[in-house]
Parts: sequence; structure tokens; C-alpha cells
Amino acid sequence: MIDAMLYAALTLFGVAIVITLYRIVVGPSLPDRIIALDMIGVNLITAIAIISVILGTKAFLDVILILGILAFISTIAFSKYIERGVIIDRKRDD
Amino acid sequence: MAGTNNLILRTATSLISFLLLGFGVYAFFAGHNSPGGGFIGGLMTSGAILLLYMSYGMKTVNQMLPINFKTMIPVGLLTAVLTSAGSFLFDVPFLSHTFGYFYLPIFGEVELATAMLFDLGVYLTVVGVVMTIILTITDDQ
Repeated sequence: MIDAMLYAALTLFGVAIVITLYRIVVGPSLPDRIIALDMIGVNLITAIAIISVILGTKAFLDVILILGILAFISTIAFSKYIERGVIIDRKRDD
Repeated sequence: MAGTNNLILRTATSLISFLLLGFGVYAFFAGHNSPGGGFIGGLMTSGAILLLYMSYGMKTVNQMLPINFKTMIPVGLLTAVLTSAGSFLFDVPFLSHTFGYFYLPIFGEVELATAMLFDLGVYLTVVGVVMTIILTITDDQ
């Protein structure tokens, strides 16, 4: 019973990732694609959590943390690229 | 664009980069018995430093962390080589490692392995290489 629920949740997260991929492919502007990439990262985090419940192991909990950190850093980097054109400023401008 | 203000990013960075540094050190020390190790710990630490660079800019972080990342690479490689060559002192082959149980004041009984010193070399090398690559690309105009 619980296995069927977990596999159903995994399938639904796969469907959510496919819908988000549609937004990446046809997204009219760059911020649409960046938000979609961030959302794929979050969906992957939840999918890894469900897989680690299915496999009954604690070994993937570090992966969840690392994926969240990487999604955050990459979104910040893309946003700085859109706003300034550079990712690392030469000097602090305030 | 004039008058941009990164207050939210800077406030979040001062908290998140601290957590990231802590997680990097945790992954480095946990590598012996669970997933982690020098490589992923070094990557997480360089991610924390990269986040600082992205939100505060080059000049401020260079004053904040006066570290030359290029010298970090030979220091890490030298640590690994000296740890490996230290096994010659005990008449055993190159790269032989050992471990022992010691009593530390706060932590109690701890297993200390010389493989951790080798891992420290990997950690320093990874941080140095990643930060050197990123800062070199940034300086290139």
C-alpha cells in the first residue's frame, strides 16, 4: 500500500518535471526558464527523498542538501547575470 | 542599472554561507563512515566562498578572506604527498595508513585515522583549484 503511494507520488513528480520542461522549451523570456530550472531542482529534491524512502536508506540525505544548495547558488548566479551582465562584481557598489 | 540594492541577498548570504561552510566541514569529517569526503567537502566550501563573492563583490571578499587560492593547491598536494611518504618512517610501503582510538577531552573516545590527513590534502587542492578557475574566468575581460 505505502509502496504504491510512493510510486504514485514519484510518477506525479515526473509529470511535474515534464510540465516544467515545457516551460523551459517554449518560455518566452530568460527569467521564465530560470524559474523553471529552479523548480526542476526542487522537484528533483523531493523525488530523491521519495526514492530514499523506497530504498530504505539514509545515504541520500546529503544529496538533498547539496542539491538544494546548488539550485540556490545557480539561481543567484543566473539572476546576477540578468541584472548586471557580470556574476562577480569588481567592487562593492554602494 | 542605477541604485540596485542587494539587501536581501546580502542578509541571506551571511546566514547561508555560514551554513554552507559548516556543511562542507561536516562532509569532510563524515567521509570516513558515511557519504562525503574531501572532494565534496571542498566543493561545498568553494560554493560558500563563491556565494560570498557573488553577493559582496571581488574587492570586499579579497579584504575579508586574504587567501591566495593558487598557493592552496601546492599546499594541499604537499600535505597528501607528505602523509603518504610518512609511512616510510615506519618501514611500511608507500600510502600505508593506520588508525587508532584516542581519548579527547570533549568528544570522548574518537577513532583518528591518518587517511584523514590525506583527505585534508584533497580538500585543500579542490578548494584551491575551483576558486582559481572561477576567479581567473572572472578577471578575464
